[in-house]
Amino acid sequence: MTALLDVSDLRVEFATRHGVVSAVQDVSFTLEKGETLGVVGESGSGKSVTSYAVMRILDRGGRIAEGRVSYAGVDLRAASEREMGAIRGREIGMIFQNPRAALNPIRKVGRQIGDVLIRHARATRQTAHDRAVEALRAVEIRNPEARAHAYPFELSGGMCQRVVIALALACDPRLLIADEPTTGLDVTTQKAVMDLIAGLTRARGMSAILITHDLGLAAAYCDRIAVMKDGQVVETAPSAQVFARPAHAYTAKLMRATARPGARLRDLLETPKPEAPRPAPGAALLVVESLAKTFADGVRAVKGVSFTIREGESLGLVGESGCGKSTTSSMVMRLLDPSSGRILLGGEDIGTVPAAHFPRDRRRGAIQMVFQDATDSLNPRFTARRAIADPLMRLTALGGRERAAKVEALAEQVGLPLHLLDRFPHQLSGGQKARVGIARALATSPKLLILDEPTAALDVSIQAVVLNLLADLRAELGMSYLFVSHDLHVVRLLCDRVMVMRGGEIVEEGDAETVMERPAHPYTRSLLDAAPVPPALAAETPLMETARCAP
Amino acid sequence: MAESGGHGVGGAAGVMGGSAPYARRGPSPTALGRWLKGERLGEDAAIALAAGRAAARARARMIGRRVLLSLPALVGVVIVSFVLTRALPGDPAAYFAGPAADAQSIAEIRAQLGLDRSLPEQFLVYVGDLLGGDLGQSISTGQPVLEELARRLPASLELTLSALILSTLVAVPLGVAAAARQGTWVDHACRAVVTAGVSLPTFFTGIALVYVFYYVLGWAPAPLGRLDLLYFPPEPVTGFYTVDAVLAGELETLRGALAQLALPAVTLALFTMAPLARMARAAMLEALGSDYVRTARAAGLSPTRVLYGVAFSNAMLPVVTTLGMVFSFTLGANVLVEKVFAWPGVGSYAVEALVVSDYAAVQGFVLAMAVLFVALNLLIDVIYTLIDPRTRQGA
Repeated sequence: MTALLDVSDLRVEFATRHGVVSAVQDVSFTLEKGETLGVVGESGSGKSVTSYAVMRILDRGGRIAEGRVSYAGVDLRAASEREMGAIRGREIGMIFQNPRAALNPIRKVGRQIGDVLIRHARATRQTAHDRAVEALRAVEIRNPEARAHAYPFELSGGMCQRVVIALALACDPRLLIADEPTTGLDVTTQKAVMDLIAGLTRARGMSAILITHDLGLAAAYCDRIAVMKDGQVVETAPSAQVFARPAHAYTAKLMRATARPGARLRDLLETPKPEAPRPAPGAALLVVESLAKTFADGVRAVKGVSFTIREGESLGLVGESGCGKSTTSSMVMRLLDPSSGRILLGGEDIGTVPAAHFPRDRRRGAIQMVFQDATDSLNPRFTARRAIADPLMRLTALGGRERAAKVEALAEQVGLPLHLLDRFPHQLSGGQKARVGIARALATSPKLLILDEPTAALDVSIQAVVLNLLADLRAELGMSYLFVSHDLHVVRLLCDRVMVMRGGEIVEEGDAETVMERPAHPYTRSLLDAAPVPPALAAETPLMETARCAP
Repeated sequence: MAESGGHGVGGAAGVMGGSAPYARRGPSPTALGRWLKGERLGEDAAIALAAGRAAARARARMIGRRVLLSLPALVGVVIVSFVLTRALPGDPAAYFAGPAADAQSIAEIRAQLGLDRSLPEQFLVYVGDLLGGDLGQSISTGQPVLEELARRLPASLELTLSALILSTLVAVPLGVAAAARQGTWVDHACRAVVTAGVSLPTFFTGIALVYVFYYVLGWAPAPLGRLDLLYFPPEPVTGFYTVDAVLAGELETLRGALAQLALPAVTLALFTMAPLARMARAAMLEALGSDYVRTARAAGLSPTRVLYGVAFSNAMLPVVTTLGMVFSFTLGANVLVEKVFAWPGVGSYAVEALVVSDYAAVQGFVLAMAVLFVALNLLIDVIYTLIDPRTRQGA
């Protein structure tokens, strides 16, 4: 049986200002009919470039320099642009990360699907609308007739991804390439979207390539996995085998770094390290009482939440997008004025200080925040040194020399090499930028650090390092954390207690281990169930059954 | 791996069978499918229809609100133009009385013009006249300001509009081509046009064009206004000579008007081409690098379709905004072109009025411009809501 897709010795080059760079080299893999292949790697590993090369939709300046790409016996490298146009969409469908951006913002989604149907002669101008509605119904969108008239901005992220899937599958392709299809989506949405993709590809007997940075996700949904690093495939093996006996050191490192049940924070690191002691919780530091926020448009984002964080304690705040967790943390940070309720920091009500005046409040330095996007939260025109010094200049009375010394001490504390201090954000890696953001937050020696998904944009191996750094810093400085995240597994690693939030209310609160092991609320359970089966478990239980057969 | 063989067969059937895969979805495809179709379709169609009507209502509300919001701006313009003209140095009474007048006759004229009263009083009189539709009389020409503006404004508008149409027709395709073929000769040509357009002042290009096409080549008529003396102006309907000539069926006059219009319009077009071409190129480049263009390519849409159907329609949004801005500043700024070509527009009228502190004329001009700007911005906003669905949200 010949493979549906056969890629051999692929090398992709990009012409850049600094000369020709090869993004992918010596990549070979095959894909059988009906098979699902996972391509796993961290950012910059060339996994997306490989799929773009197969589709021949590389960005400007990119070209296939060497190798062979053969689809159902057709040499895609030699195919004319016209022939490729007939293959794209009809033979090979593709879905992308960031579904909302992947749809034309000013065209109704039904029309966008209709365009593709007409292009591949699957519909005429007269039947396009009905066929598009059918395609939307096939991806289990409710009210497809009405949704066909919606613009992408009127739909949720998960709904947009369903539309993108409908677009990719509208012409019944035989191969589906999914490039990080669920990155940025909530965990329950992720499960729904992945189950949909798995169900549709299986029902239609399609082959699929799932490109992801998430080993657990690939394990749950793929027959075989190819692990990529620095533009090369380091290992290809059946999923179960990859997790049971990773052949390559890098695969083992990736697996180790993935947050999973049963693993402790230090287990994520490459080199073993003694577990950081958790400071014994002291007196109540932050007491939040019936905090509520109703926005001007009448949306009740937070409906009266109460919680306490003690000194040296870490509290996790978990929920999906729109649950009110960011609104809650913004109110505690005093960026947003609450509609009602009290925020007591060390016994004093800071909720009464208007958000506009809080930056000049003497207690401002006691609360600091580490943001989700390490890149966007740094001023692109500030060097790392200037960024870390910023809160010192605004909130402390330190002189120039003391400040310089403090910045270097902070950099050392977060493990940022001193020679990097004079670099701008674009000259730093993701992990380094995260360190700058943490150093900046530590500058005023805060008592409470609000961590707003601090590792969501980082690769797993860097996430492991940053989480460990945060644990070390807490042990060293005795700070309290309010850790806001959508990922229960990550929260558990760092937090003593967890609150699960939904629809502006806290549905469950308790000891981290208890909540994870014996969730009381059905919503918590659904969150836990939605997380893809992580590698440690996957190795022990039969793969395809656990993941795919879940209802 | 054992499953893959079975799936392969199913896949082949799927490709052959056209719509069959959709039916394979549910547990009982026929009953469920029919129920879904029969029951849901009606309901969904109703929802879609209602949504369309609601959108139209929302749009009408948005336009109404925009008109209301522009009223304070107009009131502000009335006050500011009144105060500013009074603050200017120069005494209209002295000017009007002439160089030989003595102090007493100047005072008489001042009283006659109403300038001896206090500023608030003068303002009340002015506003009262304004509400009655009277813009006052120009002291230098002795004509009612409204009448003169009504005669001159169409001349300016005709010039500006034809210049903008011309420059859009050249600049947008140029910018789009430059973006689609980045780094090729089209791109370089685009850059040259943009640079030349912004760096050459209009009076220079105007004079250069007159020199070449009138003086050297003799192709263009003398740069003396809207119509050669050989022709009679057409019966005024719109005030645009070209349009009126067509309406009157006088093709000879149309040709004469177009010949007079050509050089000043080209001069102004060269100047306005730069921002349009630059914006078209930048917006197009951004659109071509976007995720949705990648999706369209991955879906197999043809390169032409991707370029014009997807990228171009999105890239036009910022171009429309720029067009509105360019129109606004050209209307006020084409006084130099009007001077070079002896074009009887509002720009030259305003400058002459300003020099002699002709209060009524200056105020009338500023007010007319303000009304035009407000109307224009409203028009751009309406166009924007028509082409960009996102702006309709929250209206």
